[in-house]
Amino acid sequence: MRILVIEDDAVLLDGLKVGLGLAGFSADTVSTLSDAQAAIESDTFDAIVLDRMLPDGSGLDLLRRMRAASNRTPVLLLTAKDAVIDRVDGLDAGADDYLGKPFDLDEVAARLRAITRRAEGRATPQLTWEGITLDPASMEVLKGGDVISLSRREFAVLLALMENPTMVHSKQILEARLYGWQEEIESNTIEVHVHKLRHKLGATSIETVRGVGYRMGRQ
Amino acid sequence: MMRSIRLRLFLILLAATGAVWLLAVLWTYVSTQREVERVLDARLTEAARMVSSLITDHHIDVAAAADVAQAAAAPEGFDVHAGDYIRQLSCQIWSLKGDLVGRSESAPTTSLADHESGFAEKLVNGERWRVYAVVNPELGVRVLVGDSIEIREKLVGDVIKGQLVPALAILPILAGLIWLSVGRGLSPLRQVADALSLRSADELHPVDDSGAPREIRPLLGSLSALFQRVEAAREREKTFIAYAAHELKTPLSGLKTQAQVALRSDSHEVRANALKQISLSVDRTGRLVRQLIDLAAVDSLDKSSASETVAVYAMVEELRGEMAVLVSSREITVESEFAEDLAVSVADKTLLRLALRNVIENALQYAPRNSSVRIMGKQTAAGTTISVCDTGAGIDEKDEQRLKARFQRGNSANTLGSGLGLAIVEMALTKLGGRLSFGRQAGFCVCLELPVSKA
Repeated sequence: MRILVIEDDAVLLDGLKVGLGLAGFSADTVSTLSDAQAAIESDTFDAIVLDRMLPDGSGLDLLRRMRAASNRTPVLLLTAKDAVIDRVDGLDAGADDYLGKPFDLDEVAARLRAITRRAEGRATPQLTWEGITLDPASMEVLKGGDVISLSRREFAVLLALMENPTMVHSKQILEARLYGWQEEIESNTIEVHVHKLRHKLGATSIETVRGVGYRMGRQ
Repeated sequence: MMRSIRLRLFLILLAATGAVWLLAVLWTYVSTQREVERVLDARLTEAARMVSSLITDHHIDVAAAADVAQAAAAPEGFDVHAGDYIRQLSCQIWSLKGDLVGRSESAPTTSLADHESGFAEKLVNGERWRVYAVVNPELGVRVLVGDSIEIREKLVGDVIKGQLVPALAILPILAGLIWLSVGRGLSPLRQVADALSLRSADELHPVDDSGAPREIRPLLGSLSALFQRVEAAREREKTFIAYAAHELKTPLSGLKTQAQVALRSDSHEVRANALKQISLSVDRTGRLVRQLIDLAAVDSLDKSSASETVAVYAMVEELRGEMAVLVSSREITVESEFAEDLAVSVADKTLLRLALRNVIENALQYAPRNSSVRIMGKQTAAGTTISVCDTGAGIDEKDEQRLKARFQRGNSANTLGSGLGLAIVEMALTKLGGRLSFGRQAGFCVCLELPVSKA
């Protein structure tokens, strides 16, 4: 899942980027409201982690602008202000969830999974398709009761596909989901990951729609 | 100083009442004495004249006349009430040659008086007498009528006694009444005390003095004012604590997240980076904590009227020593450009030190690596200005005011600062009667303007 983290504290920002990466997310980071605005306008994210107080203004203003522009990306608000009134303000401004500092990395990851799941209208955290079960929290994939071992990137590709199994995902979208903008993408990476996934899950598990992209296949 | 107002008032009132009473008794004594003298003297005169005229007219013989005087002159009142007073008048009739012609029963046989006529006092047989003499030249006799002064004094004494006895009997009752009245009069004080003692430590609202007596209103007013100051101080503390807690949460989040990353990652590189970030954050958080303590210190230091002379050079040197690690780690040259004997007189040395340290630290933090920071001092008639200049980006003019507010950082995203420094400097300078300003002639300068000391 591709996450935009907006936080002005450099150490925390770095920690979130690496930590969320370890939890199977791909995090892009910005530290000001103006950079965040630009990123949101030019890219699509599965969720946004937003700090409330930023050097050039309040995160809540950005949130209100986003909601006013019909941007429905789930937003997890991070803040040092966690009195009831502050939480109410944050949720009323359009946040999907609220986390007070200092927080636990696992909790950030769990809450991100929860708000994206709700945004997709799913009730259970596990994704299932044609005998394949994927648990985003434990990063575990099962097929016919057997645990399938996947690399983090293979997992991220499979997760992207299984979130919308019938939709065709273009290579660009999958790449964007997989990496932050800063990282260089090798041209054939997605093909390599899909190839490995087919090898582990079965040849028909992922279907290629020629010239368009990939989607989950029928067994 | 007596400890109880009630006891104090009681004793004062009792003493005052007693004094008034004593004065009244004294006055009565004097006036009674005078009145008794006047009345009894008039009686003596009358009796003497009567005797004299009786014997002149030969209505009565000389010897009997003296008794008549006594019978006629005794006022009825004395007769009835006190037998002691009956035989008080004595009458003697002397021939001008010096023989006792006649005397009343109570009169002594020796002469009551030697003088020719009028009033006189004399000691006869150990008794003091007041005697009126009248000379009857026709018969060649002198009539002396006298009464015992002792009896006169007894008369006055009886009047005074008649006043003192009931007074002494009433005194304990009066004392009790005074004690109760004073207690009652002081009840508003007790009510205020009760109301105050029922308050919890949080109840610092003003004391309601609408129903309070005028005398204790100033006290209540001062109490309310004190409450207000205490409340303001507590509010400041609360704000500060909330503020400090709030500001520490972000660095703590960073530390925790990085620690979790370090624990989870198998990659040496990721772990090394996380640990480096943790170390960086600890430095920064340490500075933040120190600044928070500075802020609390500046906040709580009150303007004092005293003034201390500070040798600026020594202070700057000391601060440079403290920041030697920062100076060398950022490869910055620090130059002091002012006279070594530059001295300023300020109300509080600590305030100046805190202000100066934060300005120098800011400059060292934000100046480009391997550049120089200059500290300059200038003394004019208006006061002393200490400027700290660096070749860094400085701050936009429009950001100046905002930066002085607590926890505002420059926009240039150098996130090393807590945003507290300039707030501390500004607050300290304000307390010293000075001003914080910025200059842009030789790089970016932060100027501490200190007024000329009035001392």
